[in-house]
Amino acid sequence: MIEIRNIHKSYSNIEVLKDINLKINRGEFISLIGPSGCGKSTLINIVCGLDKPTKGKILINDKEIQGTDTDRIMVFQNAALFPWLTVKDNVSFGLKNLNYSSKEIEDKVTNILKKVHLNKFKNHYPHELSGGMKQRVSLARSLVMDPEILLMDEPFSALDEQTRLLLHNELQQIWMETKKTIIFVTHNIREAVKLSDKVIIMGTRPSRIIDEINIDISHPRASTNSDIYYKEQQVFKKLKKEIEKVAREELGYEYKLEKDNVPSERNNTMGGGI
Amino acid sequence: MSAIILWEVVYKIGVWPEFMFPSPLQVFKTLWSGIKDGTYTIALLHSIRRLLIGYFIATILGASIGVILASNKTLDETFGSLVLSFQSVPSVVWLPLAILWFKLGEPSIIFVVVIGGIWNMIISSSTGIKNVSPEFIRCAKNLGYKNIKMFAKVIVPASIPHIITGMRLAWAFCWRALMAAEILGTGKGLGQILMWGRDMGNMQTVLSVMIMIALTGFITDNLIFKKLEGRVLERWGLLNN
Repeated sequence: MIEIRNIHKSYSNIEVLKDINLKINRGEFISLIGPSGCGKSTLINIVCGLDKPTKGKILINDKEIQGTDTDRIMVFQNAALFPWLTVKDNVSFGLKNLNYSSKEIEDKVTNILKKVHLNKFKNHYPHELSGGMKQRVSLARSLVMDPEILLMDEPFSALDEQTRLLLHNELQQIWMETKKTIIFVTHNIREAVKLSDKVIIMGTRPSRIIDEINIDISHPRASTNSDIYYKEQQVFKKLKKEIEKVAREELGYEYKLEKDNVPSERNNTMGGGI
Repeated sequence: MSAIILWEVVYKIGVWPEFMFPSPLQVFKTLWSGIKDGTYTIALLHSIRRLLIGYFIATILGASIGVILASNKTLDETFGSLVLSFQSVPSVVWLPLAILWFKLGEPSIIFVVVIGGIWNMIISSSTGIKNVSPEFIRCAKNLGYKNIKMFAKVIVPASIPHIITGMRLAWAFCWRALMAAEILGTGKGLGQILMWGRDMGNMQTVLSVMIMIALTGFITDNLIFKKLEGRVLERWGLLNN
């Protein structure tokens, strides 16, 4: 179980995260969603141990974390594959640092590459792969370490829609098989609702958790499911105010997300000239 | 080819007398006889031997200094800017000092060659290391890599494109430095033959040695370094996107 307790984070006077409290159960798939700049990536980095909070602590199974550990593995937005290594060597990169025999490593890597359907490409280099394939390799590189917790920082945001749908299904499948705890950062509402058990909505300035919405729909979920659409609307309603706030800060204070139904131009006389 | 035609035309017009401006045919004859009787080949081997020694020292030493600069901010801010100013000094300028320190002869020429290539190597390797994508480092850290292993398995391979470019430039700089040093210094290299041609007033020799110098530089750069660099850039995914 992950417990995020009173996390504060500020970079030189700018407060990025303020008093974040969250509990995540083992085997749960949760999504963090929010407008850009709400600190969701910062939060996941803190859980990973790559960033240190200014205040507060992260407890995993009642033990406070100290830096990174191979029980929490991050999948990065741009896959972050090492270009000088083949697919196989990329996937075995983490294992080689641990005390496994080469036979064991070979078996594990073949196994996991089959799971992400890339066994045919194991001797290819990253520059020969498509964006979706790179992200599969990245997923395999994390899964092969058999972490308790998988952290995913907008992993599919750079992919095209078709590839993303395919990877959604595969991620669901993998999650159902392995029952890992997954924290998934995204700005895509549909993605969040479709994949997760619980959507955590974050607001901005100061960044905090606005709401948690449980998505109690059975897995595997098809994107055509109308319950998903209903939940999406629910999440969107909560998010709307925050999105508007960000847009206003960027575009000026008269900005409104929803336009008035009646046009308010001065010359428009509403048919008075008839 | 067109350069040779132009050369022949200028020769035929007769702007300069023949002893100052020989025809391409005369030059190629001298070149051929020089290669056949072995004087040019021996001189070339002498030059290449010096070049290789100097280049080897320059790359190894340069890369190590680059690593140190990249990992220490104070050193980088002080010594790093000094490197930049040293780079703009043509290395042959060091020859008088080198002759004082190492005496006239082989070591002083090699010293000039080392100086010729080292600055570039320092700059390339330190920028290479400083520009390693932070995502690679975070990813490797997450997978349990630390300190020396992180350096050897992630930081060094990630900076190879910069290092290869540095090595290619260092080769070209070393080659130039060597020729300049040989013209002024002693020994049996190509530069000395060129100087000997000048002293004898034999422009055929001077021009044919110039052709040798240009060809050697061109061949090594195109056949070895360009190919190597191209392959590295492709593998590192820097060629297309």
